[in-house]
Amino acid sequence: MGLAEPGLPLDTAIVTKLEEAIGWARESSLWPMIFGTACCAIEFMSVAASKYDISRFGAEVVRFSPRQADLLIVAGTVTYKQGPILKQIYDQMSEPKWVISMGACASSGGFYDNYSTMQGIDKIIPVDLYVGGCPPRPEALLDALLTLQADVKTNKYNPDRHKDFKGLLDNV
Amino acid sequence: MSNYITIAIENLHVFIEEKFAEGFSYLLDITAIDYSEYIEAQEEEFAIVYIIRHKDFKQILVIKSYLAALEVQSITDIFSGADWLEREVYDQYGIKFKGHKNLRRVLNHCAFVGHPLRKSYPITKGQLSLCVDDLQDEMNNRLLGKSVVCKLEDGSFSDCSKDLMFLNLGPSHPASHGTIRTYLALDGETIEAAVIEIGYLHRGFEKSCENHTYNQIIPYTDRLNYCSAISNNIAFAKTVEDMLGVTLHPRGQAIRVLLLELSRIEDHLVCLAAILVDMGAMTNYWYMYNPRETIYELLSKLTGARLTNSYMRIGGMTNDLHEEFESDLNNALLKVKEGVDETLSLIKHNRIFHDRTQNIGIITPKDAINASLTGPNLRASGVAYDMRKDSPYYGYENYEFDVAVGSVGDVYDRIMVRFEEIKQSTSIINQVMKTMPEGEINVKDASIVLPNKEAVYTTIEGVMNQFKLTYEGVKVPAGEYYGSIEATNGELGFFIVSDGSGTPYKVKVKAPSFTAISAYADMIEGFQLADAVLTLGSLNIIAGEMDR
Repeated sequence: MGLAEPGLPLDTAIVTKLEEAIGWARESSLWPMIFGTACCAIEFMSVAASKYDISRFGAEVVRFSPRQADLLIVAGTVTYKQGPILKQIYDQMSEPKWVISMGACASSGGFYDNYSTMQGIDKIIPVDLYVGGCPPRPEALLDALLTLQADVKTNKYNPDRHKDFKGLLDNV
Repeated sequence: MSNYITIAIENLHVFIEEKFAEGFSYLLDITAIDYSEYIEAQEEEFAIVYIIRHKDFKQILVIKSYLAALEVQSITDIFSGADWLEREVYDQYGIKFKGHKNLRRVLNHCAFVGHPLRKSYPITKGQLSLCVDDLQDEMNNRLLGKSVVCKLEDGSFSDCSKDLMFLNLGPSHPASHGTIRTYLALDGETIEAAVIEIGYLHRGFEKSCENHTYNQIIPYTDRLNYCSAISNNIAFAKTVEDMLGVTLHPRGQAIRVLLLELSRIEDHLVCLAAILVDMGAMTNYWYMYNPRETIYELLSKLTGARLTNSYMRIGGMTNDLHEEFESDLNNALLKVKEGVDETLSLIKHNRIFHDRTQNIGIITPKDAINASLTGPNLRASGVAYDMRKDSPYYGYENYEFDVAVGSVGDVYDRIMVRFEEIKQSTSIINQVMKTMPEGEINVKDASIVLPNKEAVYTTIEGVMNQFKLTYEGVKVPAGEYYGSIEATNGELGFFIVSDGSGTPYKVKVKAPSFTAISAYADMIEGFQLADAVLTLGSLNIIAGEMDR
């Protein structure tokens, strides 16, 4: 849209599509909620700390209340015992909302193929982006964030995209 | 020095009582063994195992009893730390404990059917959890003990004499450091009673061990205490090596000591950074966390991974130190020193810090031992137990260092003990670097350590060794063994049952965080809500190790 271009006179009027203006505004104001359970949460600490510094990308306002967040980052293993909690947190977030599954465990259960570990969070909630790694390096999570931002900006993720999703804990 | 005894089940409780009077007063672990698929038939299908340490911290007693019926007399009347350990055995094996006041599941969810560590339970049989345990019964019983509620004739509980508010701190809460649920009964800001629920990160480590070879288990151990992965690697590898009866060359031992101490620094840094954030002292997070990044860079160069290193192998390690290791290490240690000094200059004489931490979450030395606390948490209560001094291994007796102890056993002591341990560990690392011997890093035994790649590609023996070791695993002589080291959170032990194959028959972790969290409720009752957060942080609960 070119709003960031320097040198535009202050009294410039801009004509755009509403959805593009909204996408542009949302892009750099994602408020993440960290559902950190295990090792990946420690790597998220690195993402938030000085060296990798997630605030460079406008996503540093980490909320621990799902009601104030629009980006759920599930960082770590989710067990069957945790399932209902994660589902409740996801349900409490208001639209529009996005989900990043950080690491092998959240994405697929990782190498915990056993009686207690959920084989990926997409068994219970819809996921927009998966980040591989055990744990992923901070750069990988930042890359996921940038990918998401690019899609948010162009409104690629329409609100009805998960309309047909049915998780194991839905309607039971 | 470990003693392994088998006792008839009817004499078990009396025997433990007698041993307690003799000085075996520090309970390490309780577990069970399901012999139903063992190579040779045993007296009974199930056995129960108690691992108890003498109060001189040198001798260990491993007591085993075969069970004709799946019921044992509880030893919670002797050890308060037995409470949760018995619950875990009940949860995982279905063995009941007579006289246990609160025999409920601890790791698996309340809707779980069956007992997963039994051999008859299929490893991949998952069960959805649809319910949440309201914990109200347990809460009422705790309040009953404090005469805050009365039990009516019909078994229900009468209204509280105080105007109590019930509050859930967690399971998903920024101050819960992972997922731990603390259910509180509050009178104003004061905690009248607390009930803790764990198991949210129970990811079946012990069951997974039973279908992986010994070297395949190393990556799983990384993810126990994921803040200091290498120390878990070492604890496991050392236990298996002891079972095999092999000892590393002095160079291998020195590298392990060095990395163990580096892990300790790394772990304490993140613990201290997090607790200071909980207190509102955000600046210190940057001061303490950035040195950790420097350590990550060093470990990436050395092991290829930042956090979950998987650097150790049975019989040694993957590779020797890299060329610029020493300068990288010195750089990291310098950054650590700067971070620690900066932080201490901000908090050492800070009134807010003192008021928030001193005389908060106290545990006395006697209670701490009885509750099986270990490591920095135990030392903060004034008990100078450190395996590096009391039962040294890998030549710790040759290095000069002090054991940091506290005097009160409060949050302040637990924090300050960790600060001091960072300094002592730095000193040990410097001594190791000065005296680092030349030589092999791996044991010279083709049945334990993989051959080098050149041998694999050019000789038939090399190919065969590589294939057999990878496919079948290191063959460990049949038997039962408990081995432990002083890891970052205290005594980290592995109780391994081998049937002679390349896969362990059973592995049980003696996890420092598990016993620490079982003492947590008693530590926070009577204090304020905000104190509970700091007490939890100061115990350095790592969910991966606690829930396994």
